[in-house]
Amino acid sequence: MANVPLESITTKDPFGPTLAYTRGVRLDTGVEPDKLVKTHCCFCGQQCGIQLKVKDNEVIGFEPWYEFPFNRGKLCPKGVKRYLQGAHPDRLLHAYERDTAAPGGFKAMDYAQAIRRVADEIERIQTAYGRDAFALLSGASLTTEKTYLMGKFAHMCLRTANIDYNGRLCMVSAAAGNKKSFGIDRAANPWNDILGAEMIWISGANVAECAPITTDYVWQAREHGAKIIVVDPRITPIARTCDLFLPIKPGRDIALFNGILHLMIKNDWLDHDFIENHTVGFDAVAEHVQQWTPQKTAEVTGIAEKGIRQAAEWWGTASTSFLMHARGIEHHSHGVQNVMGAINIVLASGRIGRENCGYATITGQGNGQGGREHGQKCDQLPGARDLGNPEHRAYVAGVWCMDPDDLPQPGVDAYEIFRKIDQGEIKGLLSICFNPLVSLPDNNFVRAQLEKLEFYVAIDFFLNETARYADIVLPGSLHEEDEGTVTTAEGRVIKINKAVDCPGEAREDWVIIQDIAQALGREKGLTFSSPAEMFAELGQASKGGIADYSGITYEKLEAQNGVFWPCPDAEHTGTPRLFEPGSWNPVAQGKGPFYFPDGKARFNVAPYMPPTEDVDDEYPLILTTGRVVSQFLSGTQTRRIGPLVDNYPEPRIEMHPTLAEKLGIKDGDWVTAESRRGSTTLQALVVKTIRPDTIFIPYHWPGRKSVNQLTISAQDPISKIPEYKVCAVRVRKADSGNR
Amino acid sequence: MPKPVEMEFFIDPSRCIGCQACVQACTECDTHKGQSMIQLDYVDRNSSPQTVPVICMHCDSPTCAEVCPADAIKRTADGVVQTARKPRCIACNNCVLACPFGVPKMNNGMNLMMKCDMCYDRTSVGLKPMCASVCPSQALFYGTREEIRQLRPRSRPVNSFQFGNQTVTTKVSMMVPRETPLNLVDVAASLHQTPVAQAVAPVEDVLLANMFVEV
Repeated sequence: MANVPLESITTKDPFGPTLAYTRGVRLDTGVEPDKLVKTHCCFCGQQCGIQLKVKDNEVIGFEPWYEFPFNRGKLCPKGVKRYLQGAHPDRLLHAYERDTAAPGGFKAMDYAQAIRRVADEIERIQTAYGRDAFALLSGASLTTEKTYLMGKFAHMCLRTANIDYNGRLCMVSAAAGNKKSFGIDRAANPWNDILGAEMIWISGANVAECAPITTDYVWQAREHGAKIIVVDPRITPIARTCDLFLPIKPGRDIALFNGILHLMIKNDWLDHDFIENHTVGFDAVAEHVQQWTPQKTAEVTGIAEKGIRQAAEWWGTASTSFLMHARGIEHHSHGVQNVMGAINIVLASGRIGRENCGYATITGQGNGQGGREHGQKCDQLPGARDLGNPEHRAYVAGVWCMDPDDLPQPGVDAYEIFRKIDQGEIKGLLSICFNPLVSLPDNNFVRAQLEKLEFYVAIDFFLNETARYADIVLPGSLHEEDEGTVTTAEGRVIKINKAVDCPGEAREDWVIIQDIAQALGREKGLTFSSPAEMFAELGQASKGGIADYSGITYEKLEAQNGVFWPCPDAEHTGTPRLFEPGSWNPVAQGKGPFYFPDGKARFNVAPYMPPTEDVDDEYPLILTTGRVVSQFLSGTQTRRIGPLVDNYPEPRIEMHPTLAEKLGIKDGDWVTAESRRGSTTLQALVVKTIRPDTIFIPYHWPGRKSVNQLTISAQDPISKIPEYKVCAVRVRKADSGNR
Repeated sequence: MPKPVEMEFFIDPSRCIGCQACVQACTECDTHKGQSMIQLDYVDRNSSPQTVPVICMHCDSPTCAEVCPADAIKRTADGVVQTARKPRCIACNNCVLACPFGVPKMNNGMNLMMKCDMCYDRTSVGLKPMCASVCPSQALFYGTREEIRQLRPRSRPVNSFQFGNQTVTTKVSMMVPRETPLNLVDVAASLHQTPVAQAVAPVEDVLLANMFVEV
C-alpha cells in the first residue's frame, strides 16, 4: 500500500476545542432521566438555580427550577446549554505529561505517578530555591470549600507566600473600595431591594449580557416608575431603554461621581442626619469635590453638562435608590478610587441599610464572592481575615493546630507572580481554575514567563490554553461532579449538588490537592473525607471574622434556599441586608451599623487620575474590553459548547460609523487594532452604539484573536486589578495577508 | 399554578436583550428536541442593540392552516396551532410563504413543516413553555391576564394585527405602551406615511446627544 499523503492525515487536536451539540441520548425524547438534581449554574455570580437531568451518570439536559427565589426558572443561554460541557470529547480523563511527539503534545500517564512527579518537583524547587519559589494560581469558580483548601494548602502545607487567584482580574477593586468605605466586602443588599427602588444607577455594568437575570429586576422596578440611569461608553441592551444615558469616556468614572457629589452639595440634596450620625470624612470630600463643577466634569468625562445636571437632580432628590456597578468602573489603575467615589454619592444620599435603598457591585464569577473570603487571596486568611494581622494569624493557626510563626507573610498578586517568574524568584507553578494566557493583560509577556518555569502543573477538566505549557496536567472535576457551597453576588451562600461522578481517572479537585499533600508527606490538616468536613472547619476558621459562616450548615442552606452571611450561630437565619439601623457586627460591637470600631461609614477622598496610558497622536483611540452574553471568561467551557459558539463565533471590533468612515472601514471589513504591546486582526462591527473615540473588543478568545495581546498590565496600586478597560490603540484596515 | 386554559403568552419586545436564551431553550422542548422554532434578530444593529424574538402568535384563524392544501395544520381546542401532521404534510411550503409573521419553518430533512406548538408537552400539564421559563428579561412572559396587569402597569396586551387588508387576531399578545390608543398593530405601518409611522420616525441619537462637545 502506498504511503498516505501527509495532508490527508488527521491533524485534529485531541484536546479540542471541539464543539459539542445535543446528540444521542440527549436528543432522545423517549428517555426518562434517572434523577433531577437541584443545583446552580456553573457560570456567573448570579448563580441561578437549575435542575440537571441525569441518565446513566451523564447530564443529558435541564429543567427550570421555578422555586429558587433568585431566578424563578430564568436562565441565560449559557445556563441553558451548560449541560453540553459534560461527557464532552475534549474532557481530560487521565493525567498527562508533556510529550512533544504525542498528538496534541501530551501523553496519558498513570495518575499516581503524576502525583509523585508533582510532589517531587515541588520538593525539589522549594529545597533548592526556598518555599516561596513555588507559586499557586487558583480561581473563583471553585466552591468555597475548595478555595479554603487552596489557601490552607498554600499557607500550611507548602508554606509559600505566593498564592493568588483569578478574582484579581475581577472583584478586587470593589472589595477594596467596600472595605475602605464600609469595612466589609459584600453586596449591601439582596437583589429584591432593586425592585422597590425609584432610582437605579448603573455604572460600567453590561447587565443584560453579563448578569442577564438582573435585567428583570431593573426593568421590573421601571414598570413601577423607577428611573434608570446608565453610565457606559456603549449603548448596551440595558442602556437601550434607560431614562438617561451618560456616554462616559473610559477611565473617567471618578470625575463623574465627584461632579455628581458637587451638585448634590450645591443644591443641598444631602441627608444631613445620616452624614452626621453614621459617617466620617464628609468635610474633606466636600472640599475636594468643590473643583468638580459641571463644566469641568463634562470636559473630563466627555458627557454633556445637561446630562450630568439631570443625573445629579434625579439621584439627589430620590427617596429610594439602588446603585450598582461592575468591572466597567473597577478594571482601572484607579479602580478602588472609582468604587469609593460611587459609594460617596450613596453615603451622601443616606440611602443605604434600608428596604429599597441599596448598593452592590455585580460580582462576575460564579463564586466571586465566596472565593474572595476564605484564604486564597495573597494577603488573606479565612473569614476575610488578614494574613498580615497577628491576631488573625493566631486565631487561624489555632484552628489549623499550627504555630502562627509558621504561616507565611502576605505574598504577591496574580500578575506579580508572573513578574517574579521573569525575575527568577518563582520557579514552579500550580494552577487550577485559571487560564491566565487568555485572561491576563499583555499576554505575550505571560506566555514568555510560562516558558521560563522549571515546572508547571495544571489542574483542569479541559486542556485550557495555559495548561498547554504544563509539564503535568491533572484531570480535575466539573461543577456537576462535586458538591459544596458558593456565595452569590447578593452574598447568599448556596449549595452546589453533585449530579454525576468524575469520569475516567478524573477526580474532585480537593482530592487531587490532598493527594499531592500526602505524596509530599505533609498531609497534616489536609485529610478531609468530604466537602462537608471542609465546610465545617471553614465555619470554625471564619467564626468571629467579618465573613462569619459559623452558623451555616448544608441543611440550613437547603431548607432556606441559601443563607446570607454573616450567620454567626446555629439559631441565626442570616443577614440579607447589611447596615440596618441597630444591627450588630463584630467590629463595631453595637456602636453602629458599619464595620468600623465607631460603627460609622467612611467618606473617602477620591482624586481623579487619567488612565495610565492615555491616547496620543501615535495611538489616538481608546480600547475597552468586556464580555458577550454567549461566552464566559476565558472560554475554556463556553468555546466548547457548539450552540454558544454559533451565537457569537468570533470577536469583532466595535466602532462608530464616524470613526469607520475616517479610516475607510466598512462593516465586516478586516481591521487591525494595535497597541504598544501587540495587535489583533478581526472583522469590524460598525455601530452607532459606541463613542466615536473608543473601540470595543470582547476578550473570551485565545491566540491571535485575543484582545489581551493589546491590553496594558498597569494595575491599581491598592487592589492590583489590571486596567482592562482603557489603553491606547490605533486602528487600520488590515493588509490582505493579515486575515 | 392556574389551569392551563387561564395561562396566556405575552411578548414585550421592548424588554428583549437579544441573549438568545429563548432560541436555545426552544431546542430543549421535547416536541421538537434539537430544533429551535424561534428566530431572534436585530432590527437595525447599526443604530441600536434592539432585537425581537419571533415566535408563533397562534392565530385564531391561522393563515398557515387556511393555505394548507393537505389540511395538515390543526388548531386544537385550547387555541394552539400545532406543527403540521406528518402523515399529511406534503412539504409544499405554502404555510411558510403565507404566514404573516414568518413563523413556520420547513424541515427539509423530514419533509415536514415545523413550528412552535407552545411546548405542548409542558403547557398541557401546567408547566410554562421553555422560552418563557428561561427568558432572563421576561420579554417572553407566560401567565394570567391578572399577573401581567399587575406586573406591567406601563403596558397592556394587544392581539390584533393588520397586514395590508388582512386583520389577524391571535392567542399570543404583544405588549404596547398603556397610553397608546392603539388596539390594532399595523405591522406594515413603518412602510407607509401614516401617523403611526411618523410617530416612530427618526429619534435623537442618544449617544451623540449626550456627549460633551468642545466649543
